[in-house]
Amino acid sequence: MIQGIPFTHILIVSTIMFFIGVAGFITRKNLITMLMSTELILNSVCINFVVFNRYLYPINLQGHFFTMIIVAIAAAEASVAIALIINIYRRFSSIEVSDVSEMKN
Amino acid sequence: MAAFSYTVLIPLVPLFMFLIIGLFGMKFKPLVSGIAGTVGLGFIAILSYITAINYFFGVGKVNEVFQTIIPVNFTWLQFTETLHIDMGVMLDPISVMMLVVVTTVSFMVHIYSLGYMKGEVGFERFYAFLSLFTFSMLGLVIATNIFQMYVFWELVGVSSFLLIGFYYQKPSAVAASKKAFIVTRFADLGFLLGILIVSFYTGTFDFGLLTKTGTSIFQSAGAATFMGCSVLSWGMMLIFMGGAGKSAMFPLHIWLPDAMEGPTPVSALIHAATMVVAGVYLVARMFPVYSIQTPDVLTIISYIGGFTSLFAAVIACTQYDIKRVLAFSTLSQIGYMIMSLGVSGYGGEEGLGYMASMFHLFTHAMFKALLFLGAGSIIHAVHSNSMQDMGGLRKYLPITHITFLIACLTISGVPPLSGFFSKDEILVAAYNKNVILFWVEWAVAGLTAFYMFRLYFNVFWGKDRHYHHTPHESPLVMTLPLMILAVASVFSGFLPFHELVTSDKMGFESHMHYNIAIPSVAVGLLGIIIAFIFYKKETGIPDKISVALGGFYKTVYNKFYIDELYLFVTRKIIFGCISRPIAWFDRHVIDATMNGVAWVTNYASEKVKGIQSGQVQHYAFVFVSGAIVLVLFFVYLLN
Repeated sequence: MIQGIPFTHILIVSTIMFFIGVAGFITRKNLITMLMSTELILNSVCINFVVFNRYLYPINLQGHFFTMIIVAIAAAEASVAIALIINIYRRFSSIEVSDVSEMKN
Repeated sequence: MAAFSYTVLIPLVPLFMFLIIGLFGMKFKPLVSGIAGTVGLGFIAILSYITAINYFFGVGKVNEVFQTIIPVNFTWLQFTETLHIDMGVMLDPISVMMLVVVTTVSFMVHIYSLGYMKGEVGFERFYAFLSLFTFSMLGLVIATNIFQMYVFWELVGVSSFLLIGFYYQKPSAVAASKKAFIVTRFADLGFLLGILIVSFYTGTFDFGLLTKTGTSIFQSAGAATFMGCSVLSWGMMLIFMGGAGKSAMFPLHIWLPDAMEGPTPVSALIHAATMVVAGVYLVARMFPVYSIQTPDVLTIISYIGGFTSLFAAVIACTQYDIKRVLAFSTLSQIGYMIMSLGVSGYGGEEGLGYMASMFHLFTHAMFKALLFLGAGSIIHAVHSNSMQDMGGLRKYLPITHITFLIACLTISGVPPLSGFFSKDEILVAAYNKNVILFWVEWAVAGLTAFYMFRLYFNVFWGKDRHYHHTPHESPLVMTLPLMILAVASVFSGFLPFHELVTSDKMGFESHMHYNIAIPSVAVGLLGIIIAFIFYKKETGIPDKISVALGGFYKTVYNKFYIDELYLFVTRKIIFGCISRPIAWFDRHVIDATMNGVAWVTNYASEKVKGIQSGQVQHYAFVFVSGAIVLVLFFVYLLN
């Protein structure tokens, strides 16, 4: 329990973060900002894990450890994504997502 | 009986040669393949002679009856307890006789082809096919059951097809091979139906059980009738249809004259001496059934044979291609054999026709092979098939001339050559049973002598012609078989067939019938004399006669327009009225349905693929919207 902060407030924050991430992912054209949006989505999920763990099963630590794993994976994923973006830039001289539509139709 | 177990080698050696030459022939020099095939054939020819001597003069006869010996037999396909297809070797008088005929003629043709086919493209292929044919024909004659016979029957048809179409770059040869295959295949359909009908009612394929006299296996078939005839008669008639196709009986004879497109040794082997008598052999094999169970069918057979012999003899008088003359002569002689079987009864002297038929089969194989090989020698020298390009060849081809003359005299029935004896027996058999057929055959004997000597005088006498290069006698490998066959043609008439090959496998006494022999020899001599007057020197008589006969001559020359009739029936009626609507239905209904399904799929995917824009954000938007819709659905609507 965190004194003075209700359970739902934290969930509201994480939900807002999640939808900001989704909206960013759908609307931003730059691949780097899209990657940042996915980080927001991941972090909102991390908050949920920690909060539920804290409020429902304070004795256990699974939620915390899941968060650690997600953070580690997010770091790896970011490096892979950036490598991909560099390759895309070499090929198309652009990191606009709308330019990368070779596989259409 | 283990004593004859070596006979299994007789068909297997040619099969082995076929595989060796066929698979590895390209690696040898051509002559090696030819000699290998010939040596293999010589070996089995000797084996056949040993078999024949052992059988006829040794262990074959027990208590005055020739035994049916089955040295090898194994079950090949088992359907039920009683119905199974076997493969094996069966020795009885006719199969042993056929072994001798097939291996002798095949051996002669193998030797002859070493010279005749020398330098041809595909020499080793030719020998491979010859071995295949010999294997199939031997398998056919030693068949222990009707289904084994059918299997080899088809193999013989295939090898005939391959050999007729040997010059596969020549369109006429290709057409002829297709024609032969289709016509005989059509007849074989009847054969198969006949086998199925007969075996359905009797429950067996085995010749031993089918041809046993006094057997009760036909009782169940006796009661069943179809369109006024007993089912058994239909079955036996259909089996004869197969035989008539292979033996080129009217109206299924159209393939044989065209089959002359093949190399001449092939015509000698397949289309004169062995394969075309398979039909005769089939009827002889099933003879007890025909004679005892279905005599009505036998009567029809005799008329078909008689008609074919007359019909073909008349056409032969008008043809100019020497091989075609011989082909029609073959038709005519096979008609004799079939007719002779048709007028025969079963057992003892009644079975004279059966004996005479087999006798004529034997002598005919010898002299007709000789005639064809002689014709091959002539063609080899002149490079033409038409007798209008020939004349005065006796000076250039002395050995061919003498042997050809012997063969012509033999087929004309001049005593004491072999053709006289066998033809005389046939005429006696016909006279005893049916006087009309006797007179027909008597007339055919005269016609035979006439057209053979027409051929002989046109080729070897007549006007001297100028050839581009002087014709020269063929090499010894070609003349040696001619001489051997000439000796066989002269002396095979003295074989005591009436003691060896009879319908009930018991010997009987045969006499000369001077009241028959004298008129038949007389008509033969008359034919020769007329041919002598017409063709010895170039006279205008034949032309005048053909002009006087006008339309009739033209009809005969065009073989009574039977080929055109067939073309009309197949092209106009079958193709035009049946096949074309079916083809239309196939293309416009069946194919169109399938094409429609494919078109609909194609069109739909063409339309749908626009959704795939390649923009990741579109996909993400659709995915998220979908997720939201599902959440709303599950949260609000389901509660």
